[in-house]
Amino acid sequence: MQMTYLEAIADALRVEMRRDERVFMIGEDIGTYGGAFKLTKGFLDEFGPSRIIDAPISEAAIIGASIGAALNGMRPVAEMQFMDFVTNGFNQIVTVAGTTAYRWAIPVPMVVRGPSGGGVGANPFHSRNSEAWFVHATGIKVVCPAFPDDAKGLMMASIRDNDPVVFYEHKGLYRKIKGDVPEGEYIVPLGKARVVRQGSDVSVICYGSAVHMALAAAEAVAAEGINVEVVDIRTLVPFDEETVLASVRKTGRAVVAHEAVLTGGFGGEIAARIADKAFSYLDAPVKRVAAFDAPTPFAPTLEQAVLPNSDIIANTIRATCSF
Amino acid sequence: MLRYMIMAREFDTAMLRLYRQGKAFGGVYSQLGNEAVSVGSALALDRTKDVLFPMHRNIGGHFVFGQTLDQLMLNHLARQGSQMRGTDGTGHYADPALRIYGNVSHLGAMIPVAAGFSLADKLRGVTTVSMTYIGDGGAQVGEVHEALNFASVHKIPLILIIENNQYAYSTPNSMEFACERLSDRAVGYGMAGATIDGTDVELVYTTCSEAVDHARKGLGPTLIETVTMRMRGHAEHDDFSYVPKELLEEWSAKDPVERYIDRLIDDGVVTREETDELRASILNDMIASIDRALEHPWPAAEEGLKNVFMSTAGEGH
Repeated sequence: MQMTYLEAIADALRVEMRRDERVFMIGEDIGTYGGAFKLTKGFLDEFGPSRIIDAPISEAAIIGASIGAALNGMRPVAEMQFMDFVTNGFNQIVTVAGTTAYRWAIPVPMVVRGPSGGGVGANPFHSRNSEAWFVHATGIKVVCPAFPDDAKGLMMASIRDNDPVVFYEHKGLYRKIKGDVPEGEYIVPLGKARVVRQGSDVSVICYGSAVHMALAAAEAVAAEGINVEVVDIRTLVPFDEETVLASVRKTGRAVVAHEAVLTGGFGGEIAARIADKAFSYLDAPVKRVAAFDAPTPFAPTLEQAVLPNSDIIANTIRATCSF
Repeated sequence: MLRYMIMAREFDTAMLRLYRQGKAFGGVYSQLGNEAVSVGSALALDRTKDVLFPMHRNIGGHFVFGQTLDQLMLNHLARQGSQMRGTDGTGHYADPALRIYGNVSHLGAMIPVAAGFSLADKLRGVTTVSMTYIGDGGAQVGEVHEALNFASVHKIPLILIIENNQYAYSTPNSMEFACERLSDRAVGYGMAGATIDGTDVELVYTTCSEAVDHARKGLGPTLIETVTMRMRGHAEHDDFSYVPKELLEEWSAKDPVERYIDRLIDDGVVTREETDELRASILNDMIASIDRALEHPWPAAEEGLKNVFMSTAGEGH
């Protein structure tokens, strides 16, 4: 069934809530209003106010209460109205949720989800790609889908997972990307990358919105005879190192791309793993494409200057292939 | 009640001794002066239905909720057999079977978690009272505000005790908050609130029992400020020279354990001989338990590389 990226996520939530009464949602304006992006439109009518909980503007309470409910056998899904506001609940995720399995061996099956990413003229406080923070936190799974089917399958897997998951939805993809999505239960396991384009000359390792930039770049350079493989890692934690290394060993070249800022980004980790474990296969240095190290600005001219795009990825592919 | 009071006190005495002997490492956080709050509040709960989220100066509540001395020692000393496998120490453990969920070092972080624990049961149509604690210092953390407001809006059966022991590490009340009583804040949250003498275990018990009834009726959370004095430093490395000697003398006259024993003797409930005997036998139990704990080796090093995730539980690096 054709669904937008946003519809696919809503579908996953609906299927899980119908299947498992332990699943409930909590967030700001998700009930009567149906969510800032209307992702939970109709949920209140179907599931009632005890499973679609409108909370005060209190991200720490929303996430903390989700952790407590998860400790008590529920499977909460906490919405951040914008993923930027996860900073206000950061302590709960990092200090409490991320250490519980290690300290107590008690599961915290909780999903914190929400719209992230720039490119929509939203300002520094509604555009951030902060996924790398949680990679560095330990004990947190981090999911960044690029396609509607993956968004659904990964969301269902995240809800069923016994570890806390931070689920980054890209708001720029919400209504822009449409695709065929399996109906009913559909699971995409966490920790499995997806080769979304087969190629032989260079591997572009990416996730989230950068996958779409990479695919456009691959088309652009195809005319020049460069055959690009695009690997969507889909989840940062767990990280499917094997699929990435297999691709690089095949092509001998790697470009790593994400929309988040360059320094300290997950791309650095991917590049390091490639350098460590596939060095002898490389015909060129591993290059990274990422945002300029700055907040995501408001004015379109500035935002375009800060964020990566398919032209930059295409040029980086060319440079890597002519090294 | 008396047994728990003395156990709380003697556990402290034992930990202080261990710390001086270099056998207890990290922070040893005395609850000297806070025994009545911990014991009286936990006794007000139904430990088969309710849930305890203790803070680091609430050792009495662990005993009330059925924790064994031996397990508590292993947990505190991070020896093999600790419920935290050595990943953490002190009272930070959880024991779901006993309905105890320990704190983390970030003050206030567990209050929304305690609220969420009760919320889960509320969604199932069950009333589970969560009892949790914070200090006069920790009460200034933003998460405390969020949790109380959230709990009050959703009528969650949560009881938060603010243990006002006058100092947050070295910082006195006057530098922490400007309201007269910390329970005044209850008004702002639309919840019940009270400030009481935290050295009187029976008063703590009665006040908390009322809060439990209130919560069971679906009337929501209660904020209770218990006024006490921290009779030791923040932790045992701290000589607390910033606390005026007169203040300590004044409060030592209100020692919660001695005060309760005196009252029971005055009322003819027990004799001095009986309480001395009880005390001696509890102290012997403590010493024996410490000896047993110290015979346990440290946890195996590879435990440190395990269980970061439940999905790979037990798998090493």
